[in-house]
Amino acid sequence: MPDKKWIPQPKKPRTPIPEQKPEERRRNFKEVALGYTPELAIEEAYRCLQCKTPTCIDGCPVGIDIPGFIRDIGEGRFEDAYYTLKKYNSLPAVCGRVCPQEDQCEEVCILGKKFKPVAIGRLERFAADWFMESGKTEDFKLEPPTGKKVAIIGSGPSGLTCAGELAKKGHKVVIFEALHKPGGVLVYGIPEFRLPKKIVEIEVENLRKMGVEIKTSAIIGKLFTIDELLEEEGFDAVFIGTGAGLPYFMGIKGENLNGVYSANEFLTRVNLMKAYMFPEADTPVKIGKKVAVIGGGNTAMDAIRTALRLGAEEAYIVYRRSEAELPAREEEIHHAKEEGVIFQLLTNPVEILGDENGWVRALKCVKMKLGEPDDSGRRRPIPIEGSEFEFPVDTVILAIGQGPNPLIQETQPDIEVKKWGIIKIDESGKTSKKGVFAGGDIVTGGATVILAMGQGKKAAQTIDKYLQSGEW
Amino acid sequence: MYLIKEIKEIAPKIKKMVIDAPLLAKKHKAGQFVMVINTEKGERIPLTIADKNPEKGEITLIFQEVGKSTIEMGLRKAGEHLFDIVGPLGKPTHIENYGTVVCIGGGVGTAPLYPIAKKMKEEGNYIITILGARNKDLFILEKEMEDISDEFYQTTDDGTKGRHGLVTDELQNLIDSGKKIDLVLAIGPAIMMKFVSLLTKKYNLPTMVSLNSIMVDGTGMCGACRVSVGGVTKFVCVDGPEFDGHQVDFDELMKRQAMYKDLEEKALKKLLEELKEKEPCGGHHAR
Ligand SMILES: Cc1cc2nc3c(=O)[nH]c(=O)nc-3n(C[C@H](O)[C@H](O)[C@H](O)COP(=O)(O)OP(=O)(O)OC[C@H]3O[C@@H](n4cnc5c(N)ncnc54)[C@H](O)[C@@H]3O)c2cc1C
Ligand SMILES: Cc1cc2nc3c(=O)[nH]c(=O)nc-3n(C[C@H](O)[C@H](O)[C@H](O)COP(=O)(O)OP(=O)(O)OC[C@H]3O[C@@H](n4cnc5c(N)ncnc54)[C@H](O)[C@@H]3O)c2cc1C
Ligand code: SF4
Ligand code: FES
Repeated sequence: MPDKKWIPQPKKPRTPIPEQKPEERRRNFKEVALGYTPELAIEEAYRCLQCKTPTCIDGCPVGIDIPGFIRDIGEGRFEDAYYTLKKYNSLPAVCGRVCPQEDQCEEVCILGKKFKPVAIGRLERFAADWFMESGKTEDFKLEPPTGKKVAIIGSGPSGLTCAGELAKKGHKVVIFEALHKPGGVLVYGIPEFRLPKKIVEIEVENLRKMGVEIKTSAIIGKLFTIDELLEEEGFDAVFIGTGAGLPYFMGIKGENLNGVYSANEFLTRVNLMKAYMFPEADTPVKIGKKVAVIGGGNTAMDAIRTALRLGAEEAYIVYRRSEAELPAREEEIHHAKEEGVIFQLLTNPVEILGDENGWVRALKCVKMKLGEPDDSGRRRPIPIEGSEFEFPVDTVILAIGQGPNPLIQETQPDIEVKKWGIIKIDESGKTSKKGVFAGGDIVTGGATVILAMGQGKKAAQTIDKYLQSGEW
Repeated sequence: MYLIKEIKEIAPKIKKMVIDAPLLAKKHKAGQFVMVINTEKGERIPLTIADKNPEKGEITLIFQEVGKSTIEMGLRKAGEHLFDIVGPLGKPTHIENYGTVVCIGGGVGTAPLYPIAKKMKEEGNYIITILGARNKDLFILEKEMEDISDEFYQTTDDGTKGRHGLVTDELQNLIDSGKKIDLVLAIGPAIMMKFVSLLTKKYNLPTMVSLNSIMVDGTGMCGACRVSVGGVTKFVCVDGPEFDGHQVDFDELMKRQAMYKDLEEKALKKLLEELKEKEPCGGHHAR
């Protein structure tokens, strides 16, 4: 409980987070931001006004008691801060690093009206890191076994969260993961310099300690269908958290040339398969001197900054709208610029040109201008006639979005899907099939870690109710 | 971890490996493949399940030692464990009674061909097999294929066994003899499948090929394996590996297969040097 009087210091400038210098970090895979020390964290915490009606909480997709955990930090009770966070968010060390805070809690922080908002994300990260580094073992508070068994398909943030919540309720949980390492995008997509893999490993280990069984290299739809899980393998419920892992291509000429990657392939080679260690690790990756990434989201930033770290001499982001519409986290755009990435904005590729041996030699692009806002509320890019130009590059990485992997839907046609194969759920997380639930990118299309976790948690509550009552 | 029960050289640089994998043996259907990870730092290697024994819980892989990963895998011993295997992947072959099926296997392509041919035979098809190799020592599964075939032909580049020539020569011969052919199934190097497809196109013979593009995950999440089929991009690992041979852009496939040539050579050289250091007296692995 708060003991001292809280005297906020909102006028103090937002406490900067120590970072590796751009010249150094652009060639290594170590984490960019180094994290607050306890002193810096307390300093930043005291900027918080401890509002009576805290708007930040409304901005948080899982409704974390933000002033609560900030007060814990300010008063030096770091362990309390950790447990406050954990009540709402099962992966605070991850979210503190990758959430788009500037569009969520920090966007609506009262302080932001006059000054800079409280650095909520950095404080979240601090509390989580402090706990992990303290060597303390987490108190999971597991309820007695219920004898019920739940299968979780996919080990991304939605699956991990759903698994943890159900294990706490005493249910037996088995995660089936297609890849050979658990974590979903957190391990194969988001690079080490933004999210150290050690953190994901610790979270996965915590689940194991809670009794969750994790079967890797187990593809549902191939090894077992969902019907088989329910009817033959003894599961009482199934949660689908298979994400949006299907890379989209643009459908322009030259996409199958050598030197063209989907961001998923490029990042998977480097992150999951450790191609940066080639030939010590067996999987190779090809990186040229001039690399262009098409797209402006987090995936695009991750791909181009990875290319830099693998030795690219010139690194470009090619994006068809303007800077204001870039969907990536602000911090990533800022970091990319500091590291020397050049932004070719209002530019759209119309063809990839190859040489006689089938390798990329250039991008043919057209200049764009912005028109009226489209469905997404962003201004629609319109090609400028006669503005075509050639842009010499030797590697092209497409980061224009991903869709749901169709495997589950193909093998289980009785689960209703919407446009693009997105699985349909009701507000509680139920699919159209009895005993089957879903959440995360498979129901939203590519979204965010925190939304996936929120849905995993929501579905877990519904599953728990279903298991207790048997009512659908 | 998967136990290697048996490993044997069945032709120069071609190894057969029997692995304890009960679930895969039970779930596999003809035409499907697995991704094998040899060691923790290993790459994911796509290999077809060449045979299985669900009662014993075993699958058989047959692989040619062409580069670092397959050579290293070939050095493993019975009793050791493979780091991981994932599968069964890809669409199973559509098997029915077509009538007369010509099964063409080139080199190690006979390994993926065998389980499909066997199933085709069980469905009541008349099986004509043509196996091709550079010389007589390089054939694999000769007896197994002959056993399930109604007619059996072999060709070698150097004339040391069967017809002196290519599988397409034997196929041309069959076509010329006026035999009614309902389906041609060709599995082997891309160049062989290309020329088989060009030939059968002239005579409008339905032709199925099984593509071996470079893969990473094998589950449809990266697009490394993409090929143009009828002008549309397809993922071999989930849409295939079998496609209509008349629609495949083989030239693109071959270019893409060579994408990592320089790096593969580098990795191979490093491996051979390491092996030499281990066996200073010029051991049998120095190639
Ligand atoms: C490169 C990149 C960077 C990103 N950066 C950010 C960021 O900074 N901030 C942010 O909030 N969000 C970011 N995102 C988005 C975020 O990662 C996703 O929204 C989130 O991971 C979705 O979680 P999920 O649990 O739904 O699925 P995923 O994380 O996609 O996990 C799904 C898992 O299911 C497995 N699977 C799929 N099919 C099967 C099957 N049939 N059987 C068994 N397993 C299966 C997959 O292998 C995968 O491991 C990024 C995404 C990418 C690709
Ligand atoms: C669906 C499928 C089924 C296959 N089944 C068999 C089989 O039953 N028996 C068999 O001997 N071979 C099979 N192959 C080919 C086999 O996967 C490659 O020979 C092997 O990956 C070579 O690896 P390496 O490191 O030893 O050679 P490298 O030196 O790395 O490469 C040699 C050649 O193999 C190909 N290759 C390299 N890496 C990959 C990769 N990750 N995926 C696919 N091809 C690659 C390239 O074309 C390259 O030029 C199959 C391939 C596919 C796609
Ligand atoms: S809105 Fe900002 S100042 Fe107010 S409680 Fe939340 S973080 Fe603190
Ligand atoms: S191997 Fe990755 S999509 Fe086919």
